[in-house]
Amino acid sequence: MADEKKFAGYICTGCGIGERLDAGTLEQTASRDGKMQSCKQHEMLCSSEGVQMIKDDIANDGVTHVMIAACSRRAKVEAFSFTGVALTRANLREGVIWVRPDTDENTETTQEMADDYIRMACAELKSMTIPSASGEQQLNKNIMVVGGGVTGMTAALEAAAAGYPVHIVEKSGALGGHAANYYKSIPARAPYADPQETGVEQMIAAIDSNEKITVHLNSTVAKTAGAPGRFQVQIATESGSSDELSIGAIIQATGFSTFNPEKLGTYNYSASPDIVTNEELEKLAKAANGGPIKRPSDGKEVTSVAFVQNVGQNSGNKGELAYHSGIGDLVAIKQAMYFKELNGDCDTTIMFDNLRTPGAGGEDFYRAAQEKSITFTKAAVTGIETGTALEVKFKDLILNEETSMAADLVVLDVGMVPNSGPDPYAEPMETEEGESAEQEAPQVSVDSILNLDYRQGTDLPHLKHGFTDSHFICFPYETRRTGIYAAGPLRRPMDMRQAADDAAGAAMKAIQAAENAGQGRAAHPRVGDLSYPSFRKDGCTQCKRCTVECPFGAINEDEKGYPMYNEARCRRCGTCMGACPVRVISFANYSVETVNQQIKNCEIPEEWDEKPRILVLACENDAYPALDQAAMSGVEINPWARVIPVRCLGSTSLSWITDALNSGYDGIVLMGCQKGDDYQCHFVRGSAMAAERMGKVGDTLESLNLEPERVVVHEVAITDIERAPKLINDMAETVEKIGLSPFKF
Amino acid sequence: MSDLNNTMINKYRTSFLKEVEANVEEGEWVKMCMQCGVCAGSCPLGKHWAHPPQEIFMMIRAGKREEVLTSDSMWMCTSCYNCIARCPRGLPITHIMHGLAHYAQRLNLVPQQQPTQRFAKVFWENMLKKGRVNELKLGLSLYFIDGFGQGVKNAMANQKLGQNMMKAKRMSPMEILGGHGVKNPGELQKIIAKAQALEDARISGNS
Repeated sequence: MADEKKFAGYICTGCGIGERLDAGTLEQTASRDGKMQSCKQHEMLCSSEGVQMIKDDIANDGVTHVMIAACSRRAKVEAFSFTGVALTRANLREGVIWVRPDTDENTETTQEMADDYIRMACAELKSMTIPSASGEQQLNKNIMVVGGGVTGMTAALEAAAAGYPVHIVEKSGALGGHAANYYKSIPARAPYADPQETGVEQMIAAIDSNEKITVHLNSTVAKTAGAPGRFQVQIATESGSSDELSIGAIIQATGFSTFNPEKLGTYNYSASPDIVTNEELEKLAKAANGGPIKRPSDGKEVTSVAFVQNVGQNSGNKGELAYHSGIGDLVAIKQAMYFKELNGDCDTTIMFDNLRTPGAGGEDFYRAAQEKSITFTKAAVTGIETGTALEVKFKDLILNEETSMAADLVVLDVGMVPNSGPDPYAEPMETEEGESAEQEAPQVSVDSILNLDYRQGTDLPHLKHGFTDSHFICFPYETRRTGIYAAGPLRRPMDMRQAADDAAGAAMKAIQAAENAGQGRAAHPRVGDLSYPSFRKDGCTQCKRCTVECPFGAINEDEKGYPMYNEARCRRCGTCMGACPVRVISFANYSVETVNQQIKNCEIPEEWDEKPRILVLACENDAYPALDQAAMSGVEINPWARVIPVRCLGSTSLSWITDALNSGYDGIVLMGCQKGDDYQCHFVRGSAMAAERMGKVGDTLESLNLEPERVVVHEVAITDIERAPKLINDMAETVEKIGLSPFKF
Repeated sequence: MSDLNNTMINKYRTSFLKEVEANVEEGEWVKMCMQCGVCAGSCPLGKHWAHPPQEIFMMIRAGKREEVLTSDSMWMCTSCYNCIARCPRGLPITHIMHGLAHYAQRLNLVPQQQPTQRFAKVFWENMLKKGRVNELKLGLSLYFIDGFGQGVKNAMANQKLGQNMMKAKRMSPMEILGGHGVKNPGELQKIIAKAQALEDARISGNS
């Protein structure tokens, strides 16, 4: 930056900081050790006067770098938000005075803690630059929706209603998806007593008459290149022609297929046309056209029907589904009501194992079915015999006996299988002599859907059973490909109402992604972050570690093997930065250097002072807020700890550990999030990557001749407000046991 | 087997549940049971029941007519109303149990020597005479229900209790001579007879 840098520190003495700490000393530390060119105190910095004071300095005195020593960086975010400056925060409230007891014998160590945090913040600030958008970005408001079922149509209508042009790409020749063949749907409104109209025809009509929506029927996505805000998508039509679209963001709503029960011997599905799946029954009901439902074999009016629930679901058997679609019992209740509506006094029995009727109206719907004299039998079906009539053999689980019932028609509750593309991270098929591959849930589609032109595979990564990976609790629509959102049964089994909700959510996220991309701002969870990774090409060894480890497939490679950052795809976690063995990747306001400077500028007392130092690298999404929360609850933290927030534990560079140990820290605690299938990491793979890298830290310790206990990695949840401080205090005990580090000087 | 029983069997050949719904007091609630088993867990006499209420309901749905109507389970109900108070689906379980017992009795399917049924008969006949229960006569009838010899034994065994009740003026020996009653027992008997006729008509109308 050509402009001159000007550093200013601001120390707040409110919230008890002034009473507990010597503000004069803090100011002196900031200007002498921290080299702040100006330093001011304020009794309540977050007040409008305090904020105005900082704003005035920025406007009139040319302050470019601001150090605020007050509360946690997670508090008063709106007040301390200044554009066009680099900003850092020293956490004196939650980080120091709230975690230390207010007694005379502790005054000295508390003040040391505060001084250290000021030194660290100032040092960080020195190596920060002012983040600004890369200039690569552009605003493209077009939203592409892949799939024209209920989910896709809802997403399209929602996005169009918000003023965004939409392209629907539908593989078949008509909109509507599964629901177009449904007679009716599960009720979404009180009194939840009867099936309701699907509304699909109205949706199709609304789309046809909406000039913002373009429908591409008989079409597939042949190629998707680029990044949010500048996707170039090739649409291939059945006739062989192709179309190229510029797209801002994408919603994948490719839905589900029903499980094929052919291979399940118990249900004898192939033996009789009168044994149908729940999906096929919808067609029968629709074909009845308001008259009685007839059985397929001879067109006889159905007078008795048995619904067999949970077919090939929740199973540990090969070739069956390991999960339950969750809505199968609601579907059976709905379909049983068809018979009560259309077939007069038809005997309808639902053979369930665990009756699940989720949702607000589920229990009412169940009750309504009982009122309509639909019989519910808790049963384990053992076989279906075909002959002149079907005979369902089952064990009655209430009366504990083997029995059977005759039925004109048997309806099998089969589960939902997501229509995903191939998983970019699927384990190779040949592992364990094909065992693992066979045990996988049956995949309906193995053809690519999005055909992404990405370094890391053609489609959205899966989590389990082919369902799209997303942060299930916090960011359900986000996938591991920025600007591409998954909605509907592609994410998890769900019914039409849930799919519509899902679609609306995904449409909003897609709009947000397109707008953010237009301004060079990050999507979740660092929403609005303008910084982006850049690398020093002359230092790069083309090792490809960053392109492989990026959890979001943001980085491609050029023809020489150098990384090509697509910052609109980047979530700013810094996993690439932590991965880089030659430390050439950095962000304007977050780099190997900004953290290293904090580590180095904490004062390490001489050995005879008997004051150890413990470095804590805490994930800013979970561990750091847990520590803040602990402070609010008055949980004590050891005075030797110095906590540095990191964007993600995945951004941790091994050099931080080595440097910290070399400069005399006695222990290091790394706090990330839970990894694995039920991961909590906001960046999906960050904590897993960190754990992998830290697995090698033992070698470093060995080479330094240090005890392995000095470095620990923990998985911390945001709710661990007692545990997180305890982990730090445990390290203090460990250090006491094994002694101070020999690397003090 | 009574004629009424055969009539009912022929009429409801396919669905015992429908028979119960049409003929048993509160029978239309049976289909609403969701098999949670709270009734069974709440019944103070539960361990004496061959089939707890929720199982009876399931048996009705499964068409086990004979087994249900000849069961003595519903006769075990003492009307404590615990099950009614606790049923999450609001089934009037106590009333259904009495309804089933009553229906079984009408069809003459109750197991011989079922004590609750025998007691109920004695009680009903006793009350019907004067419109009030004559406790002395009720006690004596129950003592001698299993024959003279057993009756004397029962009376001797409870001699002291009887004397104490008389001393405390809880029971009068004079009751043996007719005893107290409502003002006009004949009118009461007419009312009951009319009610009986109405119910007979309802059931035969069904049959």
